[in-house]
Amino acid sequence: MTLLYSDVEEELRFSVRQLLAARAPHAAILRRMETDQPYDTALWRSLAADVGCAGFAVPEKFGGAGASWREVATVAEEFGRAVAPVPYLGAAMATAALLAAGDEDLLPAVAAGQTTAVLVLPFATPPGAPPPVTLTGVADALAADILLVPAQDALWAVEARDAGLTPVGSLDLTRPLADVALDDPPRRRIGDLRPALDAAYTTGAVLLASEQLGVAQWCLDTTVEYLKTRHQFGRPVGSFQALKHRLAELWVAITQARAVARYAAGCLADDDPDLPVAVALAQAHCGPVAVRAAEECVQLHGGIGFTWEYPAHLYLKRAKADAIALGTAERHRAALAALVGLDA
Amino acid sequence: MDADELRQRVRQFLATHDPATTQRLTFLRARFDAGLAWISFPEGLGGLDAPRALQSIVDGEFAAAGAPDNDPLRIAIGLGMAAPTILRHGTDAQRHRYLRPLWTGEEVWCQLFSEPGAGSDLAALATRAVEDGDCWIVNGQKVWTSMAHAARFAILLARTDPDLPKHAGLTYFICDMHAPGVEVRPLRQITGEAEFNEVFLTDVRLPDSLRLGAVGEGWQVARTTLMNERVAIGGGAVPRESGMIGVVAGTWRDRPDLRTPAQLDTLMRLWVAAEAARLGAQRLREQLAAGQPGAEGSAAKYAYARLNAEISGFELEFLGAEGLRYEDYPMRRPSIVDWKQRPPGYRYLRAKGNAIEGGTSEILANIIAERVLGLPAEPRTDVTVPWKDLPR
Ligand SMILES: Cc1cc2nc3c(=O)[nH]c(=O)nc-3n(C[C@H](O)[C@H](O)[C@H](O)COP(=O)(O)OP(=O)(O)OC[C@H]3O[C@@H](n4cnc5c(N)ncnc54)[C@H](O)[C@@H]3O)c2cc1C
Repeated sequence: MTLLYSDVEEELRFSVRQLLAARAPHAAILRRMETDQPYDTALWRSLAADVGCAGFAVPEKFGGAGASWREVATVAEEFGRAVAPVPYLGAAMATAALLAAGDEDLLPAVAAGQTTAVLVLPFATPPGAPPPVTLTGVADALAADILLVPAQDALWAVEARDAGLTPVGSLDLTRPLADVALDDPPRRRIGDLRPALDAAYTTGAVLLASEQLGVAQWCLDTTVEYLKTRHQFGRPVGSFQALKHRLAELWVAITQARAVARYAAGCLADDDPDLPVAVALAQAHCGPVAVRAAEECVQLHGGIGFTWEYPAHLYLKRAKADAIALGTAERHRAALAALVGLDA
Repeated sequence: MDADELRQRVRQFLATHDPATTQRLTFLRARFDAGLAWISFPEGLGGLDAPRALQSIVDGEFAAAGAPDNDPLRIAIGLGMAAPTILRHGTDAQRHRYLRPLWTGEEVWCQLFSEPGAGSDLAALATRAVEDGDCWIVNGQKVWTSMAHAARFAILLARTDPDLPKHAGLTYFICDMHAPGVEVRPLRQITGEAEFNEVFLTDVRLPDSLRLGAVGEGWQVARTTLMNERVAIGGGAVPRESGMIGVVAGTWRDRPDLRTPAQLDTLMRLWVAAEAARLGAQRLREQLAAGQPGAEGSAAKYAYARLNAEISGFELEFLGAEGLRYEDYPMRRPSIVDWKQRPPGYRYLRAKGNAIEGGTSEILANIIAERVLGLPAEPRTDVTVPWKDLPR
């Protein structure tokens, strides 16, 4: 398995980055965040349908592109890098659940990017948790056409308009959460719950690691560029060794995060038996790296980093929310301990 | 040259050189002559111009056949530093003279770089080499020279022109450690033993044929050495848990009596860091094999220095009362550094050297910040003035 990017992935990254730069610049994200349309569903349709993000990992027989989760993970880096307000993560988790359940009814429309299905799972669900009882704090549900809802050992498809969705005031306004209430809506059984939920969770955790990598890389790049030009004491602030060493250390951590995230994406794509270890490792490593990068970004920008106008806070909030999403690093370390035979 | 072709070659070689019956040195020399030593080196110099990434396949085949190896830990400085430098900057005559016995381990090498007044600031060194006919006469003192007591040759950096700024006045030599005027004295170190030495050079005559690279180009040549040193220290494809973390994980598994819940999370933090560093190094090797640029070799060395210190420190605390014992201080002269075979206290103490040898972690952080991230250098006053006028 290679830990490098393929040429196809590099091209994909380039086109997604361009699209995001044109359609979701920080100023636009900042404006949208405080409206009642926090998700950019038009942008998501372009990405999902025109670029094809929704169908990369779906086999051709279900109308997908027959590529793999590796490509999706590369795109997830760009979504993180741009703090893009798109429901890709919930949608990818739903896609993984549908694939695991072998559901052929929804997959073609989902893979084509015509329908956005989102898995209903509290965003903070840690690894190894039992199926949820209350459906609170769900990411991306606000942007869904179809909700995939766990109930009574099965996964069910429910039209989003038939569910009660209450937006939750969220730390990360670029991925606002919702509480989901269901009053016996019309529903269709997708399949058994556990395999669908496990596949969705694993896929989500892998992609989240790549997103965290993208967040961290933006923070480092932006901070380095700023410190090269910002002058104090008659010289660029970036020439002060105290800061250089912090950034060097961050760079080393991000370099490792890239290897770890790539390894997890590769294991998912290849269905490698090491996947459980790779996922726990990726979540244990990448979350804290993204948080550190974002915290350094705020600190090393000085007063500007503390403003609403400058985008550093978008990354801090995304990074911190991501570090809790799908379980904190500490929960993943505990899961990892059991997987590698290090018992308490 | 692909993996299958290489495996084929190794098998052909083994068919005519049975490891069980061939004398060790004969075997190693023949392996070198067959181009199966360091396969990325040119043909005729122990290699086949093959991709470096395939080296592990060749080594694996030989190991599987029970073949003798060249004891790489004992000759690490030769393999990791002297060899790539000689290959890149040496004359044909030098390559043919030195590389084969270096690789077989018949001639051990050491590194005469650091001095009492020049460590991190290596380019400030004061050892003088003065031309005398077709010889150079060398005077000075080197320090921290690992394995000088076992070495036949050294790579040596000396000042040939004190009137030039410090980087410009240096020349690189091969030093004959048996030459009159070379005196090696042990320096006892933190672990009690003496791996390293101080080396006094008094009117040592080195023929001009031992010069490596042009007069005044010593700094450029030395950079080849230092880059390779850091890749060598951080590098090498390794399976999970094969580093220091494997030792500690093994102790953890063997000693349920010592475990506490809080320590498990500490251990797992270290496990995650070690595995991330391992995958990071693996990706770096892939990048190098794919020809993608990398001053990034420093990253692996930087990461491992910290990891080894933290993991070995954790190991001692985990052992508790047993961690207080240390029965290994008596002065000795080791010929290799093999922390796996030594007690935990040794590992903890020796790991401290990882962040100093081969460029301190602070210097590596400077390199990463400036060469990888492109951050501006600190203002400097020492690079343009003649060396002889520098404050010291
Ligand atoms: C086990 C071991 C084996 C060694 N083997 C060899 C060998 O075989 N051959 C050889 O030539 N040398 C060898 N060395 C020497 C090693 O390369 C030097 O010790 C090292 O480069 C540091 O130099 P120094 O000891 O003079 O420390 P100094 O350079 O004096 O550094 C002192 C402290 O200041 C810091 N510092 C210095 N400059 C800066 C700066 N610009 N910015 C921030 N911090 C700075 C350093 O990081 C360090 O913490 C060995 C050292 C060890 C520990």
